[in-house]
Amino acid sequence: MIHILAFYLFATLVVCSGALTILSRNPVHSVLWLIMAFFNAAGLMVLLGAEFIAMLLVIVYVGAVAVLFLFVVMMLDIDFAELRAGFVDYLPFGMLIALVLLAEIVLGIGIWSAGPIELAQRAAPMNPEMSNIQAIGTLLYTRYIFLFEAAGIVLLVAMIGAIVLTHRARGGVRGQNIARQNRRRPQDAVRNVNQPVGQGVQL
Amino acid sequence: MTAFFHNLGMPFDGAWLLATIIGILLIALPLMLAVAMIIYADRKIWAAMALRRGPNVVGPFGLLQSFADGAKVFLQETIIPSAANKTLFIIAPIITFTVALMAWAVVPFDVGVVLADINVGLLYILAISSLGVYGIVLAGWASNSKYPFYSAIRASAQMISYEVSIGFVIITVVLWAGSFNLTAIVESQKGYYGFLNGNGFNPLLFPMAIMFLISALAETARAPFDLTEAESELVAGYQTEYSSMAFALYWLGEYANVILMCALNAILFWGGYLPPFDWAPLYYVPGIIWLFAKILFFFFVFSWVKATVPRYRYDQLMRLGWKVFLPVSLFFVFLVSGFLMFTRYGGVQ
Repeated sequence: MIHILAFYLFATLVVCSGALTILSRNPVHSVLWLIMAFFNAAGLMVLLGAEFIAMLLVIVYVGAVAVLFLFVVMMLDIDFAELRAGFVDYLPFGMLIALVLLAEIVLGIGIWSAGPIELAQRAAPMNPEMSNIQAIGTLLYTRYIFLFEAAGIVLLVAMIGAIVLTHRARGGVRGQNIARQNRRRPQDAVRNVNQPVGQGVQL
Repeated sequence: MTAFFHNLGMPFDGAWLLATIIGILLIALPLMLAVAMIIYADRKIWAAMALRRGPNVVGPFGLLQSFADGAKVFLQETIIPSAANKTLFIIAPIITFTVALMAWAVVPFDVGVVLADINVGLLYILAISSLGVYGIVLAGWASNSKYPFYSAIRASAQMISYEVSIGFVIITVVLWAGSFNLTAIVESQKGYYGFLNGNGFNPLLFPMAIMFLISALAETARAPFDLTEAESELVAGYQTEYSSMAFALYWLGEYANVILMCALNAILFWGGYLPPFDWAPLYYVPGIIWLFAKILFFFFVFSWVKATVPRYRYDQLMRLGWKVFLPVSLFFVFLVSGFLMFTRYGGVQ
């Protein structure tokens, strides 16, 4: 009973906030609706029993990716009229993407109704004794280890690429050497002089 | 408790809902009282270290100071700047406050005394604490004012940076305990060297305990990492435009977060609700008292640091997070998993 109520609550909120993501005029509001959609999708996954995926969704997407989105969007000074002007130009391309997505959803539902979970069971047989994390871990680190490592390498390359693209060596910058600063003692820097009257200080 | 209401003749769903709501109230209301008292404690400790008296007028020893402050802000007028984004301006403190309360759902107060004993408890806490940044960022943006916006940018960069190292520190503890469940993590800390309870006594995990303590300071934006509200640079940071109850919500949420971080320190590294020594008579003291004692100890450490350490510069803060904590914690993840592989799981196969 509560499960069903919770499902409809989360599902409605996901759909509504998804719609509001594209409908709202203010880009910051859009990002916030997107975050709302992520969050409720995580709720749906908890209902499905995939609590590990749900937590990852919140940690990675809501906690990190969306914060960076928000960060960028907040600092942009966006001209709304200009945004609207491009709408007609991008319409055909947008329709194409929408069609592809629709086809994928239809295919997905078709396969789902063709044979309930058998396909998934054949690809990755599940042990009902195991918890979510253990099941995913054993699969990732045994059967899919090479794909997993390849994904890691792709991410590493992407990270290095981003650094190479944005990093520029600037001349004339005096960086701090913290270790050297910490090593410096008063006797290296300060000298007490008992100075006779009428003479200058030897520096 | 669900079984109790179920036996009274309620349907199971109704009994579960009622039991959960009572559980939530049993955690949230004492927590609010604890926040009020801990704010008083913070001010008293700070005053003592500065050779002042601190609050001493309202009630005996000034014990009712926080309630007087609460009544004061409650009676103040709520001012919303005309250029602010009204909805977000009001929602932002509510988010901070709610998120600060949500994380307490998985904290074990004793064996089995926990609202939601879920498998992914520690991940849940990570997820919830990563939401905390929204309250601050939204406040900064919605205020439509310079200093709050600077503060919001600082806060998001700082929190994301230190979440990374907190994540790695947590991973080492999880590796050792073999579970993400907080009760299981506490239970796994029993009997180091036969008489000590706590991961902190493990030489491999002790550096992680120190690092977690410092990262917790940065994550809750306490001194010396309180750059989000550095009053000498940013007026009052993201709270500049807030007044009345909205301001009080930030206050309550912040201190609830601080207590949570103290509790996490105790649970992850110093045995949570277990007594510090694995000695039978000590187990007669209820676990909740041990947990509270540890929380209070860590809160004292937080106040102590606040009273004695000068504020970091922003570049130093980022350097500490990315160039010191991240590599060191990553190294310890390797070290701990390697150690466990050769000792507990029988080496390379």
